[in-house]
Amino acid sequence: MTAATPAPDLAIESRGLTKRFGEQIAVNEIDLAVPRGAVFGFLGPNGSGKTTSIRMLLGLTQASSGQISVLGQSMPDSLHAVLPRVGALVEGPAFYPFLSGAANLRRLDTADRNAPSSTRGARVEQALARVGLTHAAGKKVAAYSLGMKQRLGIANALLQPRELLVLDEPTNGLDPQGTREVRSLVRSLAAEGTTVFVSSHLLAEVEQMCTHAAVMSGGNLVAQGTLADLRHVGQTRVRVRTPDAAAAAAVLTGLGLAPVHSDVPEQDPWVAAPLPREMSVDLTGQPESIVTALVAGGVRVRGFLIEESSLEERFVALTGEGFDVLQ
Amino acid sequence: MSSNSVASSKVSGNGVPSRRRSAGPALLGSELTVLFRRRRTWAMLVAIALIPILLAVAVRLSSETLAPGEGPPFLDRVTQNGLFVAFTAMIVAIPLFLPLTIGVVAGDTIAGEAGQGTLRYLLVAPAGRLRLLLVKYAGVAVFCLAATLTLAVAGTLIGAALFPVGPVTLLSGDVISVPESLLRSGLISLYVTVSLLGFAAIGLFISTLTDVPVGAMAATVVVSVVVQILDVLPQLSWLDPWLFSHYWLGFADLLRQPMDLGSFGDNVLLQLGYIAVFGTLAYGRFSTKDILS
Repeated sequence: MTAATPAPDLAIESRGLTKRFGEQIAVNEIDLAVPRGAVFGFLGPNGSGKTTSIRMLLGLTQASSGQISVLGQSMPDSLHAVLPRVGALVEGPAFYPFLSGAANLRRLDTADRNAPSSTRGARVEQALARVGLTHAAGKKVAAYSLGMKQRLGIANALLQPRELLVLDEPTNGLDPQGTREVRSLVRSLAAEGTTVFVSSHLLAEVEQMCTHAAVMSGGNLVAQGTLADLRHVGQTRVRVRTPDAAAAAAVLTGLGLAPVHSDVPEQDPWVAAPLPREMSVDLTGQPESIVTALVAGGVRVRGFLIEESSLEERFVALTGEGFDVLQ
Repeated sequence: MSSNSVASSKVSGNGVPSRRRSAGPALLGSELTVLFRRRRTWAMLVAIALIPILLAVAVRLSSETLAPGEGPPFLDRVTQNGLFVAFTAMIVAIPLFLPLTIGVVAGDTIAGEAGQGTLRYLLVAPAGRLRLLLVKYAGVAVFCLAATLTLAVAGTLIGAALFPVGPVTLLSGDVISVPESLLRSGLISLYVTVSLLGFAAIGLFISTLTDVPVGAMAATVVVSVVVQILDVLPQLSWLDPWLFSHYWLGFADLLRQPMDLGSFGDNVLLQLGYIAVFGTLAYGRFSTKDILS
């Protein structure tokens, strides 16, 4: 296959990546394409195969089948060349509870034989400062809160300048303030040219910091692209609030739309209609024209709204709404 | 900054000093730091030191003198020469207590990191699976040495404190000076350390099989007990020379003049065999293991 040579502009690329645990397929033939420089959101409900995929990308587990290339080199064959350029937070932070935060970072830094020992102290200090843990550097990790451990985990990923950061649920356990800090940290890293691969089950988080996203559901990759692309797949709709629902629907039908109405008794009824893609240009360009048509048709308009479909609707449409874990 | 990361990705380390592979011993240093900063390690070493201390105090406090050959080997000589405390304590500790502590350390090597979750971070650093295994094994070996030296030093000190110290009469009847007997103590510590290395390799292998450190520790200790039972069954005497515990009490050969190093040579070969077999098994298991913890 000639396409096997990875495109040079992809930080992570996988083809047909599959992981089976016995009978169960945890990850089913996913083709990830993470462009360099992107902040890539890896979305999916719990148990959808995100962490398993990340473990394969980092060479922690072996893929049952499929190819992976990270930073242009195939994994896990080139693991020793690739991983020093990758910072990672995988499935929550993990540290030696009887060592201080700084001692933990020094310990993990020695594990990378490329990490220069001469700058170790300075790099540890810098990483701790970057996540706001300077004051707790000498405290034993056993005394850290979950949020502090999470920050320390991120600091560990930042011990060296990295080309790629893989952050698995980086805001887990953080308070709103910490979540905001992580978001701005990710943005500043991205501004420095680092590719950031963030997994999350929180859509709002991805929506706020990512340029690209992929959605996992039940081990399958169900959508992938820029955030704008993903939003765009969903439809733009008009919503009209009116007591004359039937008349409004008739007018909208006359305009070539397909209205649906909802009558919740105690509210004013809504009439909603998706704007077809090809029409949406002139209609969304001049949505007033719909109002004009409605008014001309004798419809009392109490409210009028153009709704971009939110990523959330798209996410729910892709992954299902229930609490049931698929796998 | 962006120009920085672009440059490093293109040059890919060419000429960048940070890319030199110089930090080989750093991981071992860090491993030993982690090992000896644990309270558990010190608790075990203190417990080991208590063996000769209890033994010496008990002998000192009891009024009756032992007839020659009564009690554990050398115990009858302790009252005449305190230097024998260390030798007696060694014999008392080897069958159970030393294997117990080494089982804890060896069983914890990989399983402990896995159970704690730090294994995944060491491996994505990347530590390298073979390198990590070697460093872990070296850590256990250092602990073996620390344990036997603790026994020897604590035994010598308490013996000197409670009993007269003088030239030592060896098993062969020759008499050696006090400094030379201290040297022999050191050699015995080394002999015992070497004797335990095969067992330590088994512990390392067992540790790669599970993510539950307590399980690996218990299994390792059970192995040492089972093997020692096999060692005393007369029906299995043909098996004896192949058991890793066979030379555990063979250090008495160092208390002869001249020293009999024949058993030591056999012991080294036997231990190397165990290290080769179980080291290979450990690598075979660990190099392909899915790290799911």
